[in-house]
Amino acid sequence: MIDKRIATPAAALADVFDGATVMIGGFGYAGVPEALIDALIAQGSRDLTIVNNNAGHGEIGVAALLREGRVRKILCSYPRQADSHHFDALYRAGKVELELVPQGNLALRIQAAGAGLGAVFTPTGYGTQLAEGKETREIEGRHYVLEYPIRADFALIKADRADRWGNLVYRKTARNFGPVMAAAAKCTIAQVREIVPLGALDPEAIVTPGIFVKRVVEAP
Amino acid sequence: MRKWSREEIAARVARDIPEGAYVNLGIGLPTLVGNFLPPDREIVLQSENGVLGMGPAPPPHAEDPDLTNASKQPVTLLPGGSFFHHGDSFAMMRGGHLDFCVLGAFQVSETGDLANWHTGAPGAIPAVGGAMDLAIGARHVYVMMEHTTKSGESKIVKKCTYPLTGLACVDRIFTDLAVIDVTRAGLEVVEMAEGLSLEVLQRVTGAPLALRATRHG
Repeated sequence: MIDKRIATPAAALADVFDGATVMIGGFGYAGVPEALIDALIAQGSRDLTIVNNNAGHGEIGVAALLREGRVRKILCSYPRQADSHHFDALYRAGKVELELVPQGNLALRIQAAGAGLGAVFTPTGYGTQLAEGKETREIEGRHYVLEYPIRADFALIKADRADRWGNLVYRKTARNFGPVMAAAAKCTIAQVREIVPLGALDPEAIVTPGIFVKRVVEAP
Repeated sequence: MRKWSREEIAARVARDIPEGAYVNLGIGLPTLVGNFLPPDREIVLQSENGVLGMGPAPPPHAEDPDLTNASKQPVTLLPGGSFFHHGDSFAMMRGGHLDFCVLGAFQVSETGDLANWHTGAPGAIPAVGGAMDLAIGARHVYVMMEHTTKSGESKIVKKCTYPLTGLACVDRIFTDLAVIDVTRAGLEVVEMAEGLSLEVLQRVTGAPLALRATRHG
């Protein structure tokens, strides 16, 4: 029997190792897998590379991971926020490496990893600082930059409901990076509001098929 | 001469968004445009965090933390609206499906280069978000900004000195003084604030301007 249900966030994250690349879903407050991030903080792994749209805010989530000195590098599109003080201080002190990626390229590179592509030519960023030193090509009169996939060891995402096969449905704009990250990590862990019996999710409404998900944890 | 207010600029931008358009309004000043879209036009607002058919802010206490815009503020969904993930959201831009975006800017060059993401100042923390995707992706890029900086320097320039967001991507510039098109022949003034002459406008603009012969803006 396939059963991807895990009893607690701590058990779901037990094998995260030092130096791992961890994708974390969410945009602003929507879709942030808070229970999984809390468990990652408690779990203690260090030297992490974090892939997230932002670089944390306030004292919780990614900001707390940064504060605890657990992050070596962060890939994101928008680190600067009114309350991103932990990132700001570490960045200015040279204690965290930043790879700034345009938001669409971040999604695309994650998608490329999930789809098994070697690289993608994208028009975004052509001629800007963020494409400096990168291979470019003109195709049918338009300029493109070669960007490489972003893969991860773990993806921590939040969905609304799951079944024991790991099928996921999301809620409103909390979907954001969840489906693309789910496909790009060796081990995707989904925090959901509710786990329902197999067959209870409308197959037409499933956004992330269970094949992309290794573990589901209920965190109401 | 009276400068246009922020609201007047927003209303002027809204006039140039036609019935049936799919539109992304950037964070900051461009968000104001949403308040002035003519109610008799069906215009679909996209927000890059994953929503089409975005409606106005909800009444107090009706906020849903799972329904926000790109500025992370609570919004509503109109009938016909839909949700999607980031991959699809940015495919809408890159793939040329989004008709218009309205962005703020530090500088726009006479060839339509846009600088709006980073001052490049030492110690400044760079953040780009979806600006570069919108700049090169939307079929029409409108810029909405003050004509000059606080210290009086033109934000319309021959060549941007701030780091670029996109090359030759801006179609039309809306400022507190004028509406200006970026054309192959250079910058063309479509409209000016009342009482303003081309000569005076040129004096506060860092690139050559021509007056459009016939107004069809």
